[in-house]
Parts: sequence; C-alpha cells; structure tokens
Amino acid sequence: MDKASAPSGLAPVFPFSAIVGQDEMRLAMLVCAIDPSVGGVLVLGDRGTGKSTAVRALASLLPPMAAVIDCPYHCDPQAPAGRCEVCDGLRARRRKAAALRSEMRPVPVVDLPLGATEDRVVGALDLERALTDGVKAFEPGLLARAHRGFLYVDEVNLLEDHLVDLLIDVAASGQNVVEREGLSVRHPARFVLIGSGNPEEGELRPQLLDRFGLSVEVVTPRNLPDRIEVVRRRDAFERDPQAFVKQWAAADADVRRSILEARERLAQVRVPDAVLEQAARLCMALGTDGLRGELTLMRAARVVAALEGVAEVDDRHLRQVAVPALRHRLRRNPLDDTGSGARVARAIDDVLAPAA
Amino acid sequence: MQEAQGERDSWLDALQAARLLAVDPHGLGGALIHAGHGPVRDAWLMLLQTVLPESAPIRRLPLSVSDDRLLGGLDLAATLQAGRPIVQRGLLAEAHQGVIVAAMAERMSEHTAARLCAALDRGEVVMEREGLHDLSPARIAVVALDESTEDDDPPPVRLLERLAFRLDLARLSPVALQGVLDTVSDDASLRDETQQARRHLAQVRVPDEAIEALCNTAAALGIQSLRAPLLALRAACAAAALDERETLEAEDLALAARLVLAPRATQWPAPAQPEAESPEDPSESPQPQAGQDASSSQPESQPEGQREDRLPPSNDDPPDDQAPSELTAEMLDALVLEAARAAIPEGLLQQLRAGQTMRAARGRSGGRAGATRSSRQRGRPVGSRAGLPRDGARLAVIDTLRAAAPWQRLRAAAQPAPPPVSRPRVQVRASDFRVMRLQERSQTTTVFAVDASGSSALHRLAEAKGAVELLLAECYVRRDQVAVVAFRGRAAEVLLAPTRSLARARRELSGLPGGGGTPLSQGIDAAAALADAMARKGGTPIVVLLTDGKANVAHDGTGGRAQAQADAREAAQRLRLAGHAALLIDTSPRPSSDAQELARCMGAAYIPLPQADAEAMSRSVQAATRAVLNAGGS
Repeated sequence: MDKASAPSGLAPVFPFSAIVGQDEMRLAMLVCAIDPSVGGVLVLGDRGTGKSTAVRALASLLPPMAAVIDCPYHCDPQAPAGRCEVCDGLRARRRKAAALRSEMRPVPVVDLPLGATEDRVVGALDLERALTDGVKAFEPGLLARAHRGFLYVDEVNLLEDHLVDLLIDVAASGQNVVEREGLSVRHPARFVLIGSGNPEEGELRPQLLDRFGLSVEVVTPRNLPDRIEVVRRRDAFERDPQAFVKQWAAADADVRRSILEARERLAQVRVPDAVLEQAARLCMALGTDGLRGELTLMRAARVVAALEGVAEVDDRHLRQVAVPALRHRLRRNPLDDTGSGARVARAIDDVLAPAA
Repeated sequence: MQEAQGERDSWLDALQAARLLAVDPHGLGGALIHAGHGPVRDAWLMLLQTVLPESAPIRRLPLSVSDDRLLGGLDLAATLQAGRPIVQRGLLAEAHQGVIVAAMAERMSEHTAARLCAALDRGEVVMEREGLHDLSPARIAVVALDESTEDDDPPPVRLLERLAFRLDLARLSPVALQGVLDTVSDDASLRDETQQARRHLAQVRVPDEAIEALCNTAAALGIQSLRAPLLALRAACAAAALDERETLEAEDLALAARLVLAPRATQWPAPAQPEAESPEDPSESPQPQAGQDASSSQPESQPEGQREDRLPPSNDDPPDDQAPSELTAEMLDALVLEAARAAIPEGLLQQLRAGQTMRAARGRSGGRAGATRSSRQRGRPVGSRAGLPRDGARLAVIDTLRAAAPWQRLRAAAQPAPPPVSRPRVQVRASDFRVMRLQERSQTTTVFAVDASGSSALHRLAEAKGAVELLLAECYVRRDQVAVVAFRGRAAEVLLAPTRSLARARRELSGLPGGGGTPLSQGIDAAAALADAMARKGGTPIVVLLTDGKANVAHDGTGGRAQAQADAREAAQRLRLAGHAALLIDTSPRPSSDAQELARCMGAAYIPLPQADAEAMSRSVQAATRAVLNAGGS
C-alpha cells in the first residue's frame, strides 16, 4: 500500500473491502467519497463494531487528487480565483493563461485526536520559526490539513464544546479565519466530516448533528458465520498486516475504480421531477426540518445511481439512502418510541408505494 | 481445605494471566484487577513486573491526569531555556512496549478512558497540542486497578471492553501466592520464558476451528462484542507460545475461554452435548495446569529440532497438522464452552441481572452519560482556553506562559530597545491569557415545576415551598443552579430563570400565590423548555415536578379533566424523550394513581410527599437526585 495515502498513523490500515457486512456504513462512506457535497457521515454504534477501522480503511482507497504545489492548503488547481489567498498570489505572479503548477497527492484524512488544543485545530504561530528565527509565520492546523479531504473525529460525543462550536462554524462557512497579534490568516477549509461514537456516551448537539449529511447505525453482527469471519480476518490482519493488505489489494482497487467511475458519471445522472417530488413527500411525511434533508437525500440518491451505472435516479435509489439521509433529522415524537431508522423505513413504505 | 485449593487455583489463573500478558501486552490490552489497595494487589503487580522483560516501562497513571501529562505537550521550561520548541512526551508514549497501571480505575473519567482506548486501538498516540504535532508509538497494555465496592460504578466500560483479563483478587491472600510461586519456577526463568514465548508468538498458527470454537462459546455466553473472542484468541496464542508450540491446542482455547470469556458472560450457557464431555483422545483432554510448568519441565529436544527445521515454510500447512483435527469441531466447541462455564464466577449472573435492571432504568434518563459523569467531578480543571480571567474565570498560569512562549523573540525584537533592566523576562500580552476550563458540562440545573393550583396545593403549598427552599439551599451549597416554574389558573410562568442566587429564589417563591385550575401540561412544557435550554448550553438539567397530578386545564387553556390529563401525559412523554432526568413529588395527601401514571410517562422517579415535614422531603429529593445523576453516569 502506498504509505503516503495512509491516514496520519504509522501502521498499515485494515482494507475497506475486507470489512464484513455493515453495508449501510460502507455505502454511506462511498457516497461521501464520491460526492463530498453530500456532507459527511456520522457513524454511531455498538462497541467493537469497527467504526474507526472503516474510516481509516476508506482513507487508504481514495484515489489521489491534483493539488497546487506551492499552496500549503493543497488547493485544487481548477478552483476559481478568490478562494485562497496563497493561490491568488501565485496566480498574480504568473501570466494569466498559465495554470498553477500542480501534483498528485493523496486525499488527506485527518484525525482530530482527543485532547487536541484549539490552536492545533485552527492553526497558530509556527513555534519553531518563532522561537529559533524570530519570524512570525502561520502554521496551518488540522482544518487546513483536512481541506479537500476528510476530518475524522472519533468519540465525537466526547469532543469538547468549544471545539464543537469551532467545527460547526468552519463546516458551515468552508473557511477558517485566524486573527491574532498581527497574524491574520484566512484559508479555505472544506472537508467531509466523519464522526463516530457510541450513542450511550452522550448525545450530540443538534447543530453538530445537522452538519452530517448521512447518519448510520452499526450493530455487532448477530449471526455466527459473520462473527467468525470478522474475527478470522481481524486475526489474519493483526498477525501479518502487509500480507493481509496485499491479499485484499485487488478488491480495494475495484472499489477505488468504482469510486472514480461513479464520479465521472455523476454529472450526467438525471433526477426526474417525479423522484424529486417523491423525495419531498417523504420529507414532509417525516416532518424533517428545513430543506437539508431533501437536498442530501437527492444528492445521495444520485450518487447511488452513478455507482450503479444508470442514467436516471429512481425510487429504488431513494430507498437505499433515505434512512441514513433522514434518520438524524427527525423531530422526536412523544407518542412514538420507535427508533428513528424504523420510522423512516415506515414512511418509505407509505410514501414510496411499490410501483404498480 | 477445599477453600485453600480454590484459592490456589485462583492464584494460578492470576499468575497465568500475568504471564500471558507479558508475552503479548499490546495484543491483549491488559487486565482489570479487582482488589482493594493492599498486599494482594501489590503481589500481583510484582508478579507482572517479574514476568515482563526488564526493559518494559511501567508507568502509574494518576487519577486526575491532565492532557499534557497523558498525551504530551510543550515543555515550557526547556522551551524557554533552549529557545526552540521542546516536546515533552506524555505517559502513553513513555509506556511504549510496557504497561500503564491505572489506580482507582472505577473513578477514571470518560475522557481519560477514551484517550487510553485510542492508544490501545492504534498502538500509537497522536498529539495535536500547543502548536505541536507529534506521533509516537504507544504499544501499551493497561492494568486497571478497580477498588470499587458494590455501590460504586464500575470502571469505564469502553476501557474494560479492551482488556483481555478480569481478575478478582479481592478475597485472596498473598501467602497462598508464595506457595504457588514456590512450586512453579524462579523469577529469572519466568522472565526467560516470556522472552522465549515472544519469539514463538508469530509462529503460532490459528486453525479455523479454534476461531469458531471461541466465537461459538462467546455467543453461548451471550457476549455481544467481537473484541471478546478476538482477545481470547490472542490469549490462546500467547498460551501456545509459552508452551513453545506452533499450533493452538484445546488446552490453550480452554484457558482463554476461562480467563477471557467466562468473566464476560451475560447468560448461563445451554448444557453441552453429553458425548462431548469425555473426549476420546485422552492426550487432548484439557489439563488446566499444564501451561504452568510445561515449558520448563518437558524434555523437548527432539520435537524442538524438528520445529526448527520446519520453521521457514510454516505458512504452508505442514503435513502433520493433526493435533486439532483429531477433535471434531463440535467436540472442541463443547470443550471450550465447558471450560468457560466452569469458570463463570458464582454470583456474576445475579450481579449482571441487577446491573441490567439498573441500566434499563438509566436508559430512560436518555443516556446523558457524558453529562452526568462529569458532574461528579464538578469544577475539576480539564484544560484551558483562550480568554481573559474575568467573570469568575481563573487564570491558567502555566498555559498562559505556554501561549506566550513562542512569541518571546518576536516581542523582544519589536521593542525599541528599552533599558534592559526594566524589561520583563517574559513578555505576556492579553492575547496569551488562558483561563481554566472547568468541566463545562458539570453544572446541574434543578428546574422546579411547582403546582400552585387550588386542587393540589393550598393545604400543602407551604410545605412544598419550605421543601423547595431547603433544596435551594442544598443546590446553592453544591453550586448548582435552580430555576422555578409555577403553574396555576390558565398558564405556566417562569418565576425564576436559572440562577444561583438563593435570596432571589426565596423572594420569588414566597410571593407565589396559590389557587385556580391546574394547567399541568403547560407546566411540564415550560419546565422542559428551560431544561432544553440548559442542556443546549452543556448543563445537566433535572426537572423536579411538584404536583398531585390532577390536571384540569387542557393545553389550550380550556377546562375539561379528561383532555387535560391526556395533554399532561403527552407533555410528560415529551419531557422523557428529551432525555431529561426527572423527579415527581406527589403533593396529594395520599399517593395518587394520577401522579404515579404521570411519573411513569415522564420516566421520573416517584416520591410521595411524606407525611413528615419539608425537611424530610428535601432529604428524599436529594437522595433521588443523586440516584438519578449517578444512574446517568455510566
């Protein structure tokens, strides 16, 4: 495996294609990898279900991206002017027509580790240079590193409140602003937020919940053959990670190819009015707040159609993503104790009656 | 006599767990040792130290460890002296290849536990602090010392789940250990065996039947998490390695089932197949103690040599891979399950059942575990954030200096060279100030919703007021906030927005008139709205509803008992779904079914206002509040 494409850690990563079951989680992650505008995945579930394994696994199969060489925020060379101060500066120094120099880089998957301090998240004075050379320079933080990639927060419900506020703000604006003692920096920070946690350990603030496009619930597999297979693969991986990764390399390459192909097809996938209407009716039936639900539902369904290789979204695609796209947007109903996933499923059956 | 034998067996298991842990510390995650402070626990820790390689670091984890000590951070003194950033490694990185010993694990905060778990999962520690980025290997094991008694919460579940062994040493004596050790081996050879076993570990092959047997046994014992069979598998491999074998055998699996799976059982397994009780081949029958002395006493020169020859192609199945397949898979399953069953500690299941009812009760309070757990450590500094030390915020001196440190050269350079004597050694600006961040979620707000209607209160309103005042005083002592909502006539009214001012609370309360209808649903909704607001700010609200439960004003302000009751129940359910902890104090002269039903809808603890005075009521509310808060806490 390409070392550089691994997330920030040192060790080899469990392959994405070797994950047993957990179809909903895998689909949700693929959807966001194909179309970041869907807006992130929240993975909640039992202990020991491999939530963080899956996130790290995803990182290792993302295809590389083109990035501007001299920009610390690894911007897209195709991005319009005005997004990034550094790139604008580079552009100004070149002749108009010439494109910025770029290179292929792995898509960043950045961990927001527990105990991270605010200055490391938003960026701060470059310590080394300030102390040794007396130079005032900005050292980009985790948000900058995650630009155009993924920001992963494990144990998201343990994240400290002031960091949550910060994330909510940056995730909404796509920009990170640092102002301190003459250090004034504004840089793009668009990332796919991936959070994982155990719902028993505290709830998420609604504002943060809303930042996640999709929300999936994972449970420990109940049937014995699956359980045995999970342990078997995990054991094989831990005994000889390199060999195991190699064994699954072809399968991972297939997934990577399908991501690339789906991305190419995505722009051509049409969403017929009838499907839009169905999506709207579904959201109305569930009483989800705002339009974000419909928008996410539609985008995610389009990605699923692209993955499938068909030109038009239909009800089947809506069905596949409706639960993860909507379950965290429901208002609690005092007279109904059923889980939100089940409520969405019921609404799907009511609204999306099987085509006659 | 029998007792002595039992104690000896327990020590043998404890010894074996220590030896396995020494062979594969990071793979096994560690152990939970349940024992009070004292010689027994020390004896086990000594044992662990004896079997671990001498180079393995052992670090003690203080209970209230700060992030910069645990994860690492900027070494302030060294940085200022050297004029360049110096990283101070944290405990986790220091304990790489070794063991972290966490005393009083039952009181460990979720935050500390989560950081330990991250290191256990990743084998490295990622530090993003104070302008520094550092990634260090941290292949650690955690020994959690659990001193809890029955009333205490257990150590954080997330941590327990990742530790292979759970040893209950509370009733053992260190004298018996000496007896056990004398028969086993001397210290030096124990340590040598660990080293030997570590070399063998990678060669131990795992047949599919072994994985299946452990998964089947875990399922039969009602163990959900897949970490359990995985940890058991590693324990079995370590046992085989200690025995210098390359194949897992039934005895390894039996040992793993006993040490790793049995303590995690949540149900009594169904009886095994009768024919499996006596395995045909006597050489394969489990010999529980075989592991202890096998490696040192067996004359193994012949097979040893063969093994050496076979080592290189050991990835392919050697032709004489007979040992496990002589047992059928079913027999192996039965054998492993039997080993686990025999080791399920007596009383564990009763405890579990009690625990589950507790958890069911907790579940209703909405799983606000993070919120309430931290409230027990109210006011503990958990870090710092930028800000000026005002509005009661306390200056975090060290953190302020840390924030100022990087700028020193720049600031010195920017100054137009004043006389050197007058210039301060360290220049601190307002933007450097850091204030202590106390556990933000810790603050509890008690929202009193008082029924001041004619039906309920009049004769008892005075008592209720008295009780509330006493509770207010109590809240004040605990630095909690209180808020008061009153409802009577047609509407509910926030008498007192969340405050800490006891005087104000008293004044508002004494002015509270009584009489009129009972708009119960509005009262509950108003209390819930306040509670929601507090929860959004990161506080932990508790709603205390004082009423007789006899609503007669519907939500829309119209009269009508039936509609009013239905509305009240609906409001109560809303409150429960919002996840707020609640108490209902029944103010009617006799416990009323209306109030009980309402408490059920709210998921609230129900307390009939005792005949006694306000003070008695205040006491019972305090007790219930504590119970509710603690219940949310695990």
